[in-house]
Amino acid sequence: MSSPSPKSPEQNDKNKKYDRQLRLWGDHGQKLLESSKVCLINATALGTEILKSLVLPGIGAFTIVDGEKVTEEDVGSNFFLDEFHIGTSRAQAATETLLELNPDVRGDYIDDFPDHVMSQTQDFFNHFNVVIATALPEKVLMPLSKQLWSANIPLLVCRSVGFLGYVRLQIREHTVIEAHPDNEAPDLQLDRPWPLLREHLEQTDVPNLGTKERSHVPALTILYYYLQQYRNENGGLLPKTYSDKEKLRNMIRDSLPNENDILEENYEQAVKLVNVCVNCTRVPNHIQKILDDEFCTNLTSESSPFWVICAALREMVQSEGALPVRGSLPDMAADTTSFISLQQLYMRQAQSQAESIYRRAMQISRALGQSPDSISETEVKLFCKHASELQVFRGNCVADEYQTSSPSASLHLEDPESLMFYYVILRGLESFISEYNTYPGQFDDHVEPDVLKLKTLIGKLLTDWGCPTLVISDDRVHEVCRYGGAELHSVSAMLAGCTAHEAIKLITHQYKPINNTFIYDAITSTSATFVL
Amino acid sequence: MSDHQGVLQNRWGHLRKVLERPGPFSHPEFEPSSEILDFIMTTCKVLVIGAGGLGCELLKDLSLMGFKQIHVIDMDIIELSNLNRQFLFRHEDIGSSKAEVAASFINRKVKGCQVTPHYCKIQDYDETFYRQFHIVVCGLDSIVARRWINGMLISLLNYEDGTLDQTSIIPMIDGGTEGFKGHARVILPGVSACIDCTLDLYPPQITYPLCTIANTPRLPEHCIEYVKIILWPKENPWGTAIDGDDPQHVTWIYEKSLERASQFNIAGVTYRLVQGVVKNIIPAVASTNAVIAAICATEVFKLATSCCVPLNNYLVFNDVDGIYTYTFEAEKKENCLACSQIPQTLSIPDPDIMKLKNLIELFCDSAAFQMKNPGLTTYVNGKNKTLYISTIKSIEEQTRDNLNKTLLELGLQDGSEVMVADLTSPNVLTIRLKFPNKNVAS
Repeated sequence: MSSPSPKSPEQNDKNKKYDRQLRLWGDHGQKLLESSKVCLINATALGTEILKSLVLPGIGAFTIVDGEKVTEEDVGSNFFLDEFHIGTSRAQAATETLLELNPDVRGDYIDDFPDHVMSQTQDFFNHFNVVIATALPEKVLMPLSKQLWSANIPLLVCRSVGFLGYVRLQIREHTVIEAHPDNEAPDLQLDRPWPLLREHLEQTDVPNLGTKERSHVPALTILYYYLQQYRNENGGLLPKTYSDKEKLRNMIRDSLPNENDILEENYEQAVKLVNVCVNCTRVPNHIQKILDDEFCTNLTSESSPFWVICAALREMVQSEGALPVRGSLPDMAADTTSFISLQQLYMRQAQSQAESIYRRAMQISRALGQSPDSISETEVKLFCKHASELQVFRGNCVADEYQTSSPSASLHLEDPESLMFYYVILRGLESFISEYNTYPGQFDDHVEPDVLKLKTLIGKLLTDWGCPTLVISDDRVHEVCRYGGAELHSVSAMLAGCTAHEAIKLITHQYKPINNTFIYDAITSTSATFVL
Repeated sequence: MSDHQGVLQNRWGHLRKVLERPGPFSHPEFEPSSEILDFIMTTCKVLVIGAGGLGCELLKDLSLMGFKQIHVIDMDIIELSNLNRQFLFRHEDIGSSKAEVAASFINRKVKGCQVTPHYCKIQDYDETFYRQFHIVVCGLDSIVARRWINGMLISLLNYEDGTLDQTSIIPMIDGGTEGFKGHARVILPGVSACIDCTLDLYPPQITYPLCTIANTPRLPEHCIEYVKIILWPKENPWGTAIDGDDPQHVTWIYEKSLERASQFNIAGVTYRLVQGVVKNIIPAVASTNAVIAAICATEVFKLATSCCVPLNNYLVFNDVDGIYTYTFEAEKKENCLACSQIPQTLSIPDPDIMKLKNLIELFCDSAAFQMKNPGLTTYVNGKNKTLYISTIKSIEEQTRDNLNKTLLELGLQDGSEVMVADLTSPNVLTIRLKFPNKNVAS
């Protein structure tokens, strides 16, 4: 046996190291990650655990802003701080230890408080792809939130107290091309085959195939044949209702020459495809909404590639009445040639549609006076392939949420089991910190009086929102005072994993981020997400 | 530990607040006191199974939640592809035992913590080892290993007059991840749903029909499987079994797969895909492992301290679309193979036709058994008879002929008991065969 030739693309060390994640977000996702810059405000246990799950997969660089010194309690809950760090800069200690995790990542720190940093260098935080803040007092959160909102930099605000935690995403606009949906119906467009596809499918006289050929014909060809027959018998209409579809399924089932024959695998698959693949191909509502978005219809020279490509896509949809075909087929029992020729038809159609969208997007971009390399062909191809998954998120500003009454919060307060109660209590906790400069229940002999003080503050919030103050149970307020601001490592680690992945979503523009407030209750091991 | 007593007071201040103060949502039996922290630090012994993605996180989480008597068991060594998430390992650790490197890292980092590593298989230890623990946490990627430890903990249960002795229960917390999905569950062996009770939650592995692989490939995976299953045994380029970690092997498979794919006009064979298929790689990221391990560690803490009611009993997690968790109570299966105490019966409609190999196939393929390599013995006329055992070469040769005999030919009767031993359990399963009455059978 000859030895293998060396030309094979055996992976380099970096690809090997990141192999398990490259299988998820791909080389293009990794590239975005590796050029990203993340800022962490406050290297609490929660904060360093978030950075850990970002440094390991290989972000480009991080900066920690923290004016605190390491305490004994920090060492007890924070894996990245050691006893010998006690009394030294928390930002520096955490930076040095985190950098040991991955030599590919750069990191630096500012040993100063974030409000001071902001007042010294106005736009300091505007240079990051994501800013993550933990244990940030309200009086610093407000100006930071406003500043990042106007700079359109995503902000993740997190807090971990005892068995409770929350993550809030503030983002003005975020676009996603690859949402990675769990289940997606195949995109076959059998109701509107393009000429080449129709010609190909009509070559096969399905009912008159020999035994051998019959067992090798792809489900798609079978389905198309009987769909045509159905339409011929039903005034050209597509099957819509369950009974319509059952009729089509029976046509396929009954097509076997011998009644006692069991349905062959490909026929079985054709029957299964009926439910999802004979519908009228149309543009999904959420995609139409994106195409009609003002950002898509009123482009400027500042428009992002996403919106420029959207505008090109919009024109195609207007003339064709459908999104470009996805270009991939699910596997079907068939012989190689019939399957591959079908697969190639879909692939080529997708390619040619993507090419024309690319050409159009380039024209639009040029007309806007944008640089010629602002649109890449690879991106357009990706965009077309995932055209039915596109997502646009528009959030709101945390500062606005704090300064106005929040009717969406009160909506959930009628349900006594809702985790929204903890949002209200955590807001109360923040007021408590602002007012008394300590956590409620921080000192053993203050728990009971702090319960009363916290209840008063929560009552004030609820009155401001026009909600009855009785809705918050004393037990829940008492539980939060029991914690006395304790940060439990495992609760922080759970929230940190979640927050780190939210940051990865924002950086890679893949997967759907939270909208917009996540609450975790480790007492009952439950969680909930609210739009605030 | 004495030289750290000075800082202990403040260092564990976070935990003290939760353990030394009463709370409205704590377990009914919770009595706040400083003794609880003493218990988890000095007495409570926790076993972590697996020192991989979940295991590294679990060791860190448990050591910072105050646990000091921790054992960790893992048979694997560290590879480069572990480093994107298994954060206790560095490049220079590649090739060393995961359990040993992880344990020494934690012991160095968290003063006073005593992690004891075991660089071996879980099957290398018997019940005397497992009996010493208060709680077992699993961070495994193998269902077989999960079922084995599940069976082990069930075999440690004491029943007196049919009543379960509560002190013999060792709770098992099981975590698992795949990409951005994961689960965490709490199992009280003998009390709540065990791994075997919920076997149907595990999807069967994807396999491709042999005729597709051999004759009508359509996907790149079909081409790779062809090289793996048909071409490799035929050409056997290095005279050994495929080693997915040997780049020469993977490269050979890659090139042959590419050749086959181009013959059939199939696109999409890449080195990465070949590696994925050959090694059956499950994608993994740091964040999901962090989340699931943290939930598991929180449950260990709750069980050990009673400071909160534990998870009842199953949580699923997914953060592809927002962050989603769902908590539900998995139900104990009345006739569970592993934990039910109910003798298992198996109806055989055609013992005159069914061959021993069909019975073995049934044990492997049916959703209820999902065995891997069962060995079968029985009693015929009061004497022990080996029907088939594949794992010992000499016995395999002696019993191979039995595979093609029918159950009747082997002397099995209605009510015969077959003892089945398999990788999926440390315990031998007794199955009583039920044949139709003789008039019909003959």
